[in-house]
Amino acid sequence: MNRLSGEEWQGGHYLSVPLSSHTHTNAHLQRHTRTHTHTHTHTFTLSRVVPSVAALMTWLHSAAFTRRLARSIAYLFPSGLFDNKAKPLMKHPDEVFPKQRAVQWGADGRPFHFLFYTGKQSYYSLMHDTFTKALAVEKHQDRLRGKGLFTQDAKQISLVGSRWLLKEELEELLVETISDHDYARFIQLMERLLSLPYCSAEEDFVQRYRRQLEIQSSKQQVQPLQYDQHGVAYSTGDGRRKTATGTVLLRDSGSGSISINGTNYVHYFPVLQDREQLMFPLHFMGVLGRFDMQCSVSGGGHSSQAGALRLAISRAMLSFLSEGQVETMRQAGLLTPDPRIKERKKPGQEGARRKFTWKKR
Amino acid sequence: MAAGVFTKGLCGLRHPWLVSAGYSCSGPFCATAVAVKTLPLQTASTDVTDRILNLPLQMPDFFRLSELFSLKDLFDARVHLGHKKGCRHRLMEPYLFGSRLDQDIIDLDQTVEHLQSALNFTAHIAYRGGVILFVSRRRQFGQLVEITAQDCGEYAHTRYWQGGLLTNAPIQYGSGVRLPDLIVFLSTLNNVFQQHVGVRDAAKMNIPTVGLVDSNCNPSLVTYPVPGNDDTPAAMELYCRLFKMTINRAKDKRRQMELLQGLSAAGLTPGS
Repeated sequence: MNRLSGEEWQGGHYLSVPLSSHTHTNAHLQRHTRTHTHTHTHTFTLSRVVPSVAALMTWLHSAAFTRRLARSIAYLFPSGLFDNKAKPLMKHPDEVFPKQRAVQWGADGRPFHFLFYTGKQSYYSLMHDTFTKALAVEKHQDRLRGKGLFTQDAKQISLVGSRWLLKEELEELLVETISDHDYARFIQLMERLLSLPYCSAEEDFVQRYRRQLEIQSSKQQVQPLQYDQHGVAYSTGDGRRKTATGTVLLRDSGSGSISINGTNYVHYFPVLQDREQLMFPLHFMGVLGRFDMQCSVSGGGHSSQAGALRLAISRAMLSFLSEGQVETMRQAGLLTPDPRIKERKKPGQEGARRKFTWKKR
Repeated sequence: MAAGVFTKGLCGLRHPWLVSAGYSCSGPFCATAVAVKTLPLQTASTDVTDRILNLPLQMPDFFRLSELFSLKDLFDARVHLGHKKGCRHRLMEPYLFGSRLDQDIIDLDQTVEHLQSALNFTAHIAYRGGVILFVSRRRQFGQLVEITAQDCGEYAHTRYWQGGLLTNAPIQYGSGVRLPDLIVFLSTLNNVFQQHVGVRDAAKMNIPTVGLVDSNCNPSLVTYPVPGNDDTPAAMELYCRLFKMTINRAKDKRRQMELLQGLSAAGLTPGS
C-alpha cells in the first residue's frame, strides 16, 4: 500500500497519513477497498477509453489526475487547519497596547515642553493655543472696526451635522487623562471662540475637535419607479421578520398573481393567516388586483416568512403611491419592521420566562 | 562631606548667596575656591569651564542689567501703586514709602535695588543653564506670562497648582525629573488672596524664588522679594519684558563666552 506523504503529491499540502496502525486496519481496509474498487472501475472505464498502457501512464501523471486525486484526499481526510476561517484573528498592536508617553526631558534634564511643570502639558497647551487664536480673532475684529469695515454678517463656521469631541476621544488625542471640569472648560473656551463673528479664519482648528454625526433620516427612502422593456412599471422591496428575509418584485398592470419561490402562494402558504398577511398591504390601499408579485423568501417559519413578505410588499408599493398614501401606510404600521425576536434563555430558569418547578421540600 | 556639597554648589545652582557674594570670596566658601585652584589634575576643558563659570562672578553687574530700566520707567508703569491701607501686610511696611488717601505707595528706591539684585540673580541662573519657572495665578495675565516663558525658552505655570508638583515630583512626573532651579512669582497670591502654595513648596525643596510682592503679600519666604504693583497691566508688561530681556541676554552671553573660550582653548586666537 502506498504511503500518502505530503511532499509526493504535486498540488497537495496534506499531512502524511500513517497507515501502518494495526487497530485501524479494518477501517483502513474498508477505505482501501472502496478506493481500490473505485480505482479498478476507473481503470476499467479508462481502459475502454485509453487502449494502451502508455496512454494510461500519461493519464496517471497528468495535472487533471493530480487535481482529481487532491480533491479525493481533501474529501477523505478533511483538515480544517489551513482553512481561512481557522486562522487566528489578531488585532493591530495599536489597538492592544495603549499609546504611552516617551520621556519628556532631554539629556541635560531640561523638559521639552514649556508647560511641562503644570503636569498636564498637552491639555494646557491646547487651551493656550485656543485662547491665542481667540485673541488674534478679536484683534482682527478691532482692526476692522477701526477701518470701519466691521459687519455682523461675516461667513460663519457650519456646525450642522457635527458634534464636539467626547472626553474619551480628547484624552486619546492628547495622550493624557483630563478631568470632567477640564473638559467642560475646554468646550466653554471653544464655544467662546465660535461666538466671535469673524471666527471663520480658525475653521480648520475648530473642525479638528469636531466629529461628523451619522445622518439618520426618519423619512422613508422611496425608490423611483423602474420600467422594463415592455414599458411595464415595476419595483422591488425587501423585508425581514425574526430570521426570515424576503424580497418582492412588484409589477404593475397585472392580475393579482403571486408566486413565492417559484410556487403559487396558495400552495406555499396553506394557512389562511399567512395569505391574509400578504394581502393586507394591497387590500389596505385598495389595489388588490393591480399588481403581479414574484417573491423569494428564506429563513424562519411560515409566520415570520409571511411577515417578512408583507413588509417587502409595503416597501415595494411606496414607489407607486403618493406622499399622503405613504403617510397613511406609515400610520397603519405597514412600514415599521417588527423588532420582536426570540428572547434568550436565562441561567437558573428553564426557558426565557419559565422557571424550574418549585418544590416545597 | 561639606567640601563635596559646596563644590557641587559652585557648579550647581542651589546656593544663591554664593552667586551674588562670589566675588567677595569671604567666609567658609573661600576654601572651595582655593581647593579648586590647587587641584593638581587640571585639564584644558575644566579650566575653560571654570573660567566660563567664574568670570561673571567677579563683577558686580556682569550682564549690565542696570541699563534695562530706571526709576522713571517704574513710575510710568505705575509700579509704586499698592493696595488700600486695610489690605496692608505687616511685613510689607518696611518697603512702603507711605500712604496717600488710604492707598499705600511702595518705595521705588528700594524697588530698584531689589529688582536689580533679582534680575542679576536670574541672569546668573540663566547663564548657567538653569531651569526657570514663571508662576502667576492671575488669570488676567496668564497668557502674557506663558508667552514670556515661551519667548525666553523657559517654563511657565499659570494654572491650578496640584499639591505635589514640587514635593512629590518623582510620582507626578516620573523618576529622574529635574526640578526648577529658580521660580519667579509674578504674583505671590492665588485667586482667593492666600499665599501661593508654590512659595512654601519651593522653600521646602530649597529652590530659590524671586517674587513680586504687592502691599498685601507676605515677603518672608521669598528669597528675592521685589516690592511692586502686580495688578496693573502696564506694570506686568514691564516686568515680563525685563525678565525676558534678562534671560535672553544671559543666554546670549553664555553662547558668546563658550565661543570665545572655546576658540582660545583651541589656540586659534592670539590672546587667550
